[in-house]
Amino acid sequence: MTAFFRIVWIVVKKDITVEVRSFELLSTTVFFAITVVLMFSFSLVVEGRPVQEVAPAILWIAIAFSGTLALGRTFERERQNDTLRALLLAPADRPAIYVGKLVGILLLLMLVEIVLVPLVGLFFNAPIFAEPVRLAITLAAGSLGFCAVGTLFAAMLVRARSRDVLLPIMLYPMTVPVMIAGVRGTAALLQPTPDLAIAQFWLGLLGAFDVVFVILALWTFDPVMTD
Amino acid sequence: MSEPGFDRLSVADVARYFGRRKALTHVTFTCDAGEIVGLLGPNGAGKSTLLNILATLLSPSKGTVTYGDRTSEHGGADIRASIGMLGHDLFLYPELTARENLTFFAQLYGLSDVPGVVSHALEQSGLSARADDYVSGFSRGMRQRVALERALLHDPRLILLDEPFTGLDQASAAALVSRLRNRQQAGCLIVLATHDLDIADALLTKPIFLINGRPVADSGSGRALRERYQAAIASAPA
Repeated sequence: MTAFFRIVWIVVKKDITVEVRSFELLSTTVFFAITVVLMFSFSLVVEGRPVQEVAPAILWIAIAFSGTLALGRTFERERQNDTLRALLLAPADRPAIYVGKLVGILLLLMLVEIVLVPLVGLFFNAPIFAEPVRLAITLAAGSLGFCAVGTLFAAMLVRARSRDVLLPIMLYPMTVPVMIAGVRGTAALLQPTPDLAIAQFWLGLLGAFDVVFVILALWTFDPVMTD
Repeated sequence: MSEPGFDRLSVADVARYFGRRKALTHVTFTCDAGEIVGLLGPNGAGKSTLLNILATLLSPSKGTVTYGDRTSEHGGADIRASIGMLGHDLFLYPELTARENLTFFAQLYGLSDVPGVVSHALEQSGLSARADDYVSGFSRGMRQRVALERALLHDPRLILLDEPFTGLDQASAAALVSRLRNRQQAGCLIVLATHDLDIADALLTKPIFLINGRPVADSGSGRALRERYQAAIASAPA
């Protein structure tokens, strides 16, 4: 188990170092997420008043879109010099390599969310500070489910010619349950009076999806990567 | 990390299909310790596919590859620990320095004394003075030298090289040949795919001619490799 987490840490550390040097993924993903929120605000905020209860949906759409961009770019980086093959050739546990990539993408997406959530709160008058801890946990759980499936698919598609098209086509239908639970759970927390029971229910469901998706991905990563 | 008992690589009737396309069929050969086997053939002959199968990155659609007495399915990580591969793409992160790249892979392979191993590898590559420069600023030849050391960091038993002489000047190619001879004398099994027949003639102990994914019979060991290669191409079915 120690060896497993050692490999996870080595891969995460490498991804962070590469990103700190290039600043490519974070800058493009944050820029894209801000653009998505701004575009929705232009059409859904009329005379300073947003359409009611639209904020959770906008937030999760922006997370899904920017997450897809981050997933694609992360694995494009591994494809360019074929370094993914080098990772797979190492005698390390392949699921540990998967978890390392997953943690890297999750950290990136959470940084994006730190920018995204206040922006959505500002443009759509959403009470983001009403239940900040529960909101953070809901976002983290939803992001984990989304990235768990996305990391597996992005790695699978790394050598496919039309990977940029195939990734969202495969990813969005699979993550519909996560998106629904994320939107409903967030909506319950962003109501004028947060409905904690409903939020807890959807958070529980998100947790269950996370467990299922992560276990399935860990189980299938090795066979799908050996073509 | 190398396994002393792993003295023979056996490829038995290996085929690989991508959908309906046959990338490889009926490939059979062995490579023993101290041998340098060359995969020779035109572009699209299946050389890289075969190297990927030997590296356990692809599964054969038919046939078996045996490392000593174990197949890749039974060996898993142990087999991968005895393989070092230099691909046509160099498996290096351009945003990292030469030292960081080698350190990352040394850690990934679970080597002990990582700084010592990396320093030795940098000396071997002749790039100690540029160790802390980003790989993105290196020439193709310099990157190739770092990539070779990355492939050899864990002292692998089986060394797989895909077009290792591409982009190298004469001095670098000579250094690579000398490094491979050194590994050969150490008892490693070496399989390389190359188009450079002049270098291959002096280096290989056994050529495998691959045309359209099929091995073609060698016309005889008395002649120069270039003539044997041309004879193999001429004899291949269209």
